[in-house]
Amino acid sequence: MTLALVGYYEPWWVQVIKATVIFAVGLQLVPIVLITERKLLGRFQARYGPNRVGPYGALQPLADIVKLLTKEQFRPSTATGFLFALAPVVSIVTAVAAFAIIPFGDVQDIFGTPVGLYGVDVSIGPLYLFAFGAVAFYGIVLGGWSSGSKYSFLGAMRGAAQLISYEVSQGLALVGVIFTAGTLSLTGIVQAQEGMWYVIPQFFGFLVFLVAGFAETNRAPFDLTEADAELVGGYNTEYGGGRFASYYFAEYLNVLVVSGVVTTVFLGGWLLPFGLRPAGWVDPFVVLAKMGLITFLFIWVRATLPRPRYDQLMSFGWKILLPLATLNALVTAVLVVVTHK
Amino acid sequence: MTWDPGEDVIEVVRAPAPGALRSTYRAFGETLRGLKTTFGRMLEKPVTVQYPEEKTPVYPRFRGRHKLHRFEDTGLEKCVGCSLCAAACPADCIRVVAAENTPEHRVSPGERYAEVYEINLSRCIFCGYCEVACPFDAITMGHDYELSDYTRSDLIFTKEMLLAEPLERTPLRREGE
Repeated sequence: MTLALVGYYEPWWVQVIKATVIFAVGLQLVPIVLITERKLLGRFQARYGPNRVGPYGALQPLADIVKLLTKEQFRPSTATGFLFALAPVVSIVTAVAAFAIIPFGDVQDIFGTPVGLYGVDVSIGPLYLFAFGAVAFYGIVLGGWSSGSKYSFLGAMRGAAQLISYEVSQGLALVGVIFTAGTLSLTGIVQAQEGMWYVIPQFFGFLVFLVAGFAETNRAPFDLTEADAELVGGYNTEYGGGRFASYYFAEYLNVLVVSGVVTTVFLGGWLLPFGLRPAGWVDPFVVLAKMGLITFLFIWVRATLPRPRYDQLMSFGWKILLPLATLNALVTAVLVVVTHK
Repeated sequence: MTWDPGEDVIEVVRAPAPGALRSTYRAFGETLRGLKTTFGRMLEKPVTVQYPEEKTPVYPRFRGRHKLHRFEDTGLEKCVGCSLCAAACPADCIRVVAAENTPEHRVSPGERYAEVYEINLSRCIFCGYCEVACPFDAITMGHDYELSDYTRSDLIFTKEMLLAEPLERTPLRREGE
């Protein structure tokens, strides 16, 4: 497959505009997810959630961010200065970079210029995602280690252990989809779901990927790296002000990225069921709505499930997720070979 | 000879260890049950009372800030300055200085009246003994519980403040509520 076939035919200025638009949209989605989560968590616990700042508390994220950004940047005397400042940057850069490959729609004709409604359509879609997902853990490990505090360090160690116990299963869960679709391009995977979304034939892959996604975003029930109860916040214990805001932002952006990937890979991206084919400009809204559903699931699960013990997570990752993912990939491979001959 | 515990031994009966199917159900089925439970809570109305705007109604016998009373017909104060309330007060927060009524200056129907009547509400424990001790029902406990202030001296309520018709800031619980 040459570069021309995977979306590099666009002129540079289109790329720049697209990058700006996607970054701006992503930036605006994070506060929405934030306030939605806090309101929903409130509702799950039979209370209102924030409702004092702005109408129905809608300006709460703005107030949070202003508060965090106007705070002093401090660091413990035991911290490794350079790495301490670098770690949140790693976290946020990887989150934004991963957001770039989520396809929000097919190639559209906008004022005579064909524009693909995605950042880049790389021919190695899922691999790009795993690459940045793995680098994102440097943000956590470095942040925890360079803080020079035992709680941060424990959080970082847990992050590392968690990474190896779920990442293989996450990769294998996607392998089944890639076999079936026959392509690594995310837009190609969406187009291959024209007849049936992969959530049905790849149901176990979907489950495994979703569970691994909870672990990747470090959210409940797999928020062992943060674990407020026993680690006082884990890797970000010593962070405050803008650096903490970066970690916070990266966490919610990661939730959006995982929702986007699940939408793209298992829920048919911008495709609608029952043969509905709306105009091209509807596509991004379809994707956003599906992402919203997955994000709701994230919040719902956070409100429901308690955090497992450290060793329980490891044994779950190695003894249940990995065999399931492997079996799923094997069965899919056999079926693909049998049916395509 | 060893001690025979006899009937005191408690045999712990444990359920058999779950098999593969049962474990799977416990992992997934119970998770789904938990999700169902939390979703149901989301559809209910929150139980929060939005305090400064909504106030929890109090019962009629709620013991809030004290009130001093006057006779409705003559307008004279009921308090005769006997200091029984101050004697009954376990927190020692009531100060009464009595003075003689004269025909020209009659404040209460008795021989004497309270020239100074102060309650230090930062000391008061709202036990209601003053109300019980009072022979003329001159002091009663009201319903007001919003008593925060910026200085301690502002919490010493004088006779005028206690006699004044209080702002009814606290809703009263209706019958059967």
